[in-house]
Amino acid sequence: MAILVIAEHDNSTLKGATLNAVTAASQIGGELHLLVAGEGCGAAAEAAAQVAGVSKVLVADNAAYAHQLAENLSKLVAELGKDYSHVIAPATTTGKNVMPRVAALLDVAQLSDITAVESDNTFQRPIYAGNAIATVESLDPIKVITVRGTAFDAAAETGGSASVEAVAAVHDAGISAFVGEEVAQSDRPELTSAKVVVSGGRGMGNGENFAILEKLADKLGAAVGASRAAVDAGFVPNDMQVGQTGKIVAPELYIAVGISGAIQHLAGMKDSKVIVAINKDEEAPIFQVADYSLVADLFEAVPELDAKL
Amino acid sequence: MKVLVAVKRVIDYNVKVRVKSDKTDVDLANVKMALNPFCEIAVEEAVRLKEAGTATEVVVVSIGSKPCQEQLRTALALGADRAIQVDAQDQLDSLSVARILQKVAEEESADLILLGKQAIDSDNNQTGQMLAALMDRPQATFASEVVVEGESLKVTREIDGGLQTLSLKLPAVVTTDLRLNEPRYASLPNIMKAKKKPLDVKTPDELGAQLSAGAELLSVEPPAERQAGIKVGSVEELVDKLRNEAKVVA
Repeated sequence: MAILVIAEHDNSTLKGATLNAVTAASQIGGELHLLVAGEGCGAAAEAAAQVAGVSKVLVADNAAYAHQLAENLSKLVAELGKDYSHVIAPATTTGKNVMPRVAALLDVAQLSDITAVESDNTFQRPIYAGNAIATVESLDPIKVITVRGTAFDAAAETGGSASVEAVAAVHDAGISAFVGEEVAQSDRPELTSAKVVVSGGRGMGNGENFAILEKLADKLGAAVGASRAAVDAGFVPNDMQVGQTGKIVAPELYIAVGISGAIQHLAGMKDSKVIVAINKDEEAPIFQVADYSLVADLFEAVPELDAKL
Repeated sequence: MKVLVAVKRVIDYNVKVRVKSDKTDVDLANVKMALNPFCEIAVEEAVRLKEAGTATEVVVVSIGSKPCQEQLRTALALGADRAIQVDAQDQLDSLSVARILQKVAEEESADLILLGKQAIDSDNNQTGQMLAALMDRPQATFASEVVVEGESLKVTREIDGGLQTLSLKLPAVVTTDLRLNEPRYASLPNIMKAKKKPLDVKTPDELGAQLSAGAELLSVEPPAERQAGIKVGSVEELVDKLRNEAKVVA
């Protein structure tokens, strides 16, 4: 049976997380179809057709899917999903929003945030903020799954030559409407896919002090993240939060500055390849997971690090 | 407007969990349990709606074995009016929980159903969405602001790129993000009063809810341990290690 992957996109380009979900799907095995649902999403569909390993792209181009409202999109995905063995989406806020609804419409369970594929019906996923790894077997005829992007490599963006097919079905439930959006602007790489992440915590003291992290990040081509403490204190916007309830990252290098390392935060970054912690508290739990620990005042250490790199 | 809030009893968020030696699950014996933090935020939001005169009654419901009555009493002490325990095994899957909640919501004719966005034990982030689908109601997940405007609801949601605002027709399902509010502490007099508030016990059978079993837990293991790192004495040494040992910076 074929696998349906729900593409995440902004109508013109595919979001990186889609490519990781494609890799997870290819590990399950079977023909791979990609669904691009949106409004004026022709360019995203073209991009989807180029992705290596994808044999067919389904395009649902309609105003009803303009903002991926869960009520409309879930009906479309559930209708299409009946003909597939697996329906897969990246575990982004969009995937998390829509997929459980799809599962309920199909009357099946949903597996969230899988980190490994063991077979076509058995998967691993973290539970208890990543402090335990569960191996779960799905008993349902259709497996509805969201994929943790950082646990799978991205599929190649080129090399594929999928056919593109329009989907006529329009589901407009008419019970919800998009009002507006406030998107944080940044020239830095996206947090979840950055090779290097520099994060600040409560130790930063205030929002202005994040400037020294931003300077360091620009030198390293890094994204800037934050702990929940820094977000709750209003230092930075919440879409920068790394952790169980924020974003999950696994970069090559994670630099934690003024972050104590609560369980909640570790859940979002402990799969990073190399972890550096800079903290003046020798007892901070972050030092237990850091490859390189520096006990120092961050206001001296960070500018010095910036100067020496 | 009647508000229904679903709450879950989970391990306290500060506890470091241990996996059982036979790898069947995590060890919950003699571990401190608490109200799931996201559920606490949902209760707080409901109580604020009542204090604002928007909600007329706040009903809390929990699904699980008898000890979850403790968490229901906590919710009552925080300001909920009455509680329902649906007596079932703990750790039911999300679809079963959603089916039970659907029956309770229909019986109560709730106008707004509030849940946490995820439980910190299973980390599923599914129940609210499934409930909304089963009831064919609109949903607003990861809410950081909820405003009732007559027959509709304006909700600001936390999304990957920032914030998004939706308008939903009531009745609706909303799941809470951490930023929605700061839950209050229950005062001693309120804890005493909560003991006298009504708490009904029902069963899934009475409610006519069918349980599902779509997935089987095969094993639970501790995650791979990270190698203990080293302490560097200076920024210079750190840069040297990153360049020459870890080779992660140029």
